[in-house]
Amino acid sequence: MAGRFGGNLSPSARFFVLAIMKADFSGTGLACIRGERLVFENLSFRAPAGEALLLTGPNGSGKSSLLRLMAGLIAPATGRLDWNGAPVGDDPDAHRARLHYLGHLDALKPALTVSENLEFYAALHGCDAGGVGAALAAFDLERLAATPARFLSQGQRRRAALARLLAAPAPLWLLDEPTVGLDDASLGHLAAVLSAHLAGDGCVVAATHAPIAIANARRLELGGGP
Amino acid sequence: MKPVLALMRRDLRLALRTPGDSGTVVLFFVLTCVLFPFGIGPEPNMLARIAAGIIWVTALLASLLSFDRLFQLDAEDGSLDLISLAPAPLELLVLGKCLAHWLVTGLPLLVVSPLLGLMLNLPASAYPVLMLALALGTPTLSLIGAIGAALTLGARRGGVLLPLLILPLYIPILIFGVAAVEAAIAGLSPRPHLLLLGGLLALGLPLGPVAGAAAIRQALE
Repeated sequence: MAGRFGGNLSPSARFFVLAIMKADFSGTGLACIRGERLVFENLSFRAPAGEALLLTGPNGSGKSSLLRLMAGLIAPATGRLDWNGAPVGDDPDAHRARLHYLGHLDALKPALTVSENLEFYAALHGCDAGGVGAALAAFDLERLAATPARFLSQGQRRRAALARLLAAPAPLWLLDEPTVGLDDASLGHLAAVLSAHLAGDGCVVAATHAPIAIANARRLELGGGP
Repeated sequence: MKPVLALMRRDLRLALRTPGDSGTVVLFFVLTCVLFPFGIGPEPNMLARIAAGIIWVTALLASLLSFDRLFQLDAEDGSLDLISLAPAPLELLVLGKCLAHWLVTGLPLLVVSPLLGLMLNLPASAYPVLMLALALGTPTLSLIGAIGAALTLGARRGGVLLPLLILPLYIPILIFGVAAVEAAIAGLSPRPHLLLLGGLLALGLPLGPVAGAAAIRQALE
């Protein structure tokens, strides 16, 4: 009976069922080896939708490595990553489609304007440029939209990199030191954008030294470095 | 498909904004060709005899200049992370980059080659074959170069290592490219040589992107 009920769902209703099923990103028993050095082992985490997971720990404790591992840029030595209970490794293409990765580097092309950089990223993610305007507005970049990225200051570059998060929709955000170089106003913008993403049942994992003003945050303390 | 087109469009746009990069390649091609008549003397028959070889060898060397930037710039500013995280196979993205690279370096070489043929007294009958051979050979150069560029991503002084890696792989293209032109000059059919160049291109089309993507994944680890 239940099966027939599920089978009768129209596509839009099925989408609704999927939408109210909250996303959940988790990892169990992860180990990471970089250059023959064990960075961490037996590490487990859970980043459910609506709650930010903040990675803290001293330099060299493996925060960046963990984020790259979550993004799929590094293969874990042991352990596994799961999205809604299904192993991420089963469908790496789908995993890449659902995440935004913000690294240490801003990945802006100096010769392109801020909005061209964002439009490229949206298209690279398979979206049209519809979200670029809102992304610029969220980080107060409208006046810089037509400025080539080579003329931006450090903080402005970081804001342009952060605006990528909104240029294309993706449920999982992996942020490596998102606050570096930001002034107080921009920190406010970042907190607002993160809160809105979490309120929309998005997942956020952020490595940070500076406190980010998010209500719903759990912490993962990574062990000491070498 | 959309991510691949986006990447190609970005690369072409970047090349247009900084025309010096591909301009350098073409100027190097022209200048080194000009050096030969000075070096071996302006005797027309001698130049006609070696014109095809000179044009091909300098085209290979000129194309080398552009590969150290193919992935290096994207790796340095973090774009390569984003490109490899795009929801499309990395192999296709590398193929798109190779195609964009050929459009901004290989194609200009192809366009100026008749001018150099004129300067080196290349017989008139050889021009169509020279162009055709370059049209088949230069895309293969881009594909092979992409492998070398990806392999040297993590290496210090990768720009020096790169020619040592890929010049040996260029030899078959050089042999058949020159042989096609010489056959046309001698009044023979250049068809077998052109077919072999086409075969090399057909080999490079899957091999370059697959090997390049594997090397990029390795470099990003």
